[in-house]
Amino acid sequence: MLKDITLGQYFPVESVLHRMDPRFKIIEIMLFIVILFAGDSFWILALGTVFVLLAQCLSNIPMKMIWKSIKPILPILALTALLNLLFIDDGDVLFQWKILKITQGGITTSLFMMIRIVLLIIGSSLLTYTTSPILLTDAIESLMSPLKKIKFPVHEMAMMMSIALRFIPTLLEETDKIMSAQKARGATLDNGKLIDRVKALIPIMIPLFVSAFRRAEELATAMECRCYRGGEGRTRLRRLKAQARDYIGFVVCMLFLAASVTINILVK
Amino acid sequence: MKSLSILETEDLTYTYSAGTPFEKTAVDHVNLSIEKNAMIGVIGHTGSGKSTLMQHFNGLLRPTSGKVLLDGQDIWADKKRLRDVRFRVGLVFQYPEYQLFEETVYKDISFGPKNMGLSDAQIKERVLETAEMIGLSEELLKRSPFALSGGQKRRAAIAGVMAMRPEILILDEPCAGLDPKGRDKLLRRICEYQKKTQSTVLLVSHSMEDVAEYTQKLLVMNKSKLFCYDDTAAVFRRTEELSAMGLRIPQIAGVMHTLRQKGYALPEDIYTVEQARDAILTLLRKGGAAAC
Ligand SMILES: Nc1ncnc2c1ncn2[C@@H]1O[C@H](COP(=O)(O)OP(=O)(O)OP(=O)(O)O)[C@@H](O)[C@H]1O
Ligand SMILES: [Mg+2]
Repeated sequence: MLKDITLGQYFPVESVLHRMDPRFKIIEIMLFIVILFAGDSFWILALGTVFVLLAQCLSNIPMKMIWKSIKPILPILALTALLNLLFIDDGDVLFQWKILKITQGGITTSLFMMIRIVLLIIGSSLLTYTTSPILLTDAIESLMSPLKKIKFPVHEMAMMMSIALRFIPTLLEETDKIMSAQKARGATLDNGKLIDRVKALIPIMIPLFVSAFRRAEELATAMECRCYRGGEGRTRLRRLKAQARDYIGFVVCMLFLAASVTINILVK
Repeated sequence: MKSLSILETEDLTYTYSAGTPFEKTAVDHVNLSIEKNAMIGVIGHTGSGKSTLMQHFNGLLRPTSGKVLLDGQDIWADKKRLRDVRFRVGLVFQYPEYQLFEETVYKDISFGPKNMGLSDAQIKERVLETAEMIGLSEELLKRSPFALSGGQKRRAAIAGVMAMRPEILILDEPCAGLDPKGRDKLLRRICEYQKKTQSTVLLVSHSMEDVAEYTQKLLVMNKSKLFCYDDTAAVFRRTEELSAMGLRIPQIAGVMHTLRQKGYALPEDIYTVEQARDAILTLLRKGGAAAC
């Protein structure tokens, strides 16, 4: 089913990571990305692995879900590895066949790249698994609020994001339903020539657009009926408030950053 | 009578989102045998798994375990035949008007028959006949489906499935959101369709009055399990059990029940207003004023 696609889905269980302030989590994941991409030694990857493992332990997210987040990028991973393997010409030649050449450097780089991407994906999925989309947009709005000074429509942006996020599952569900309804009338969706397949989309796309527009209109009316007028002076139901654990988490992240800087200096 | 049944299920079980915190078994070990040429009501409290069960009958959902047999053959045995199963078992979803997409109502109704590979002449015959049965005038057929009223859209969408002449037609709450007069008209037309085509019609409904009036048999779902599948009258005799699961017998049946308790010699098994009226009139004529 369409709904089973993990769109960085929220995984509702109890854990320290779930309760942490989403603003801190966003900043920390950014630090993590900086750590990963600022160095090019395997020690950095080891550090990143420790970081991810630590976060996983605190998150109560089963390993199965972590694996589920990596699975979709396996083809990309394989491709990156292959390209690195074939086109990096550095160090001892281990194997040569006509113009294809595999070098020591190629192997190291492709391994390095693969691990780096996997760590990146696991890190960011841990963020989305432990933070509900609504909290995530709240946090983004809060983090971007200094931009209001230069007249950037931060609140409107966040509102658009949360509406979009709110309606992704609804629209997926609707697509599922329309697909089922048309299948019940004998529509075939997954075979035939390309042109047939494109044509087969019409019975799904048209009802879907009609209903998306209908929903948008209904929502707009509902918002107007409740006198929605933007973010000015609006108070919040969920106030983001940093607590001791957030500061501790932040300090731990800074320690990781310091460790990575040290590693980078030592390796040079 | 095994020979008369067309659709059977064997230990049919279906679990949504298996292996996640949202796991939910919506159909739990259901064994059924549905006969040919019958009007069958499907009732059950909201969330009891009616819609989920219905989607198994035409192979839209694949059972987590168990089987669905059409004419004794597992519909999942050969995936290539699944499409034929869908032509033989027509399913009309709740709020089917959201599936309309063609330029004209005529074209939309012919979508199913066209997928079956019928000739243009056959399609035309089917569409016109179905439109007539469901009560759509020829003038409406030329219009865009988006320019119809809600009730007309509903009828057009139902016609789209009826036009495939399925041996089993499943309607998931076809009357949701229609006015009382519209409901009656639609149900009567569905009934006529059933008699004319000699097919099996499964009618999912929340209205006990409707199923009492139009169906001969009832399939009752309760908390993902099949509670019973029996004659409508026999099901309504189990008043206490039904109300325990959040269902009630038709209002008029309640009235008759109270009257019987007060000592009036009224027959049992009366579930429609007409039957009740006749019974009371007969009683009055027999006993005259003395009975009252
Ligand atoms: N796509 C889905 N994903 C997960 N759970 C679902 C899904 N569809 C239904 N369910 C769950 O399965 C159970 C049965 O749902 P179903 O739609 O079959 O009930 P129903 O008897 O048709 O109810 P209603 O009378 O309200 O239409 C419900 O608890 C529902 O929450
Ligand atoms: Mg339902």
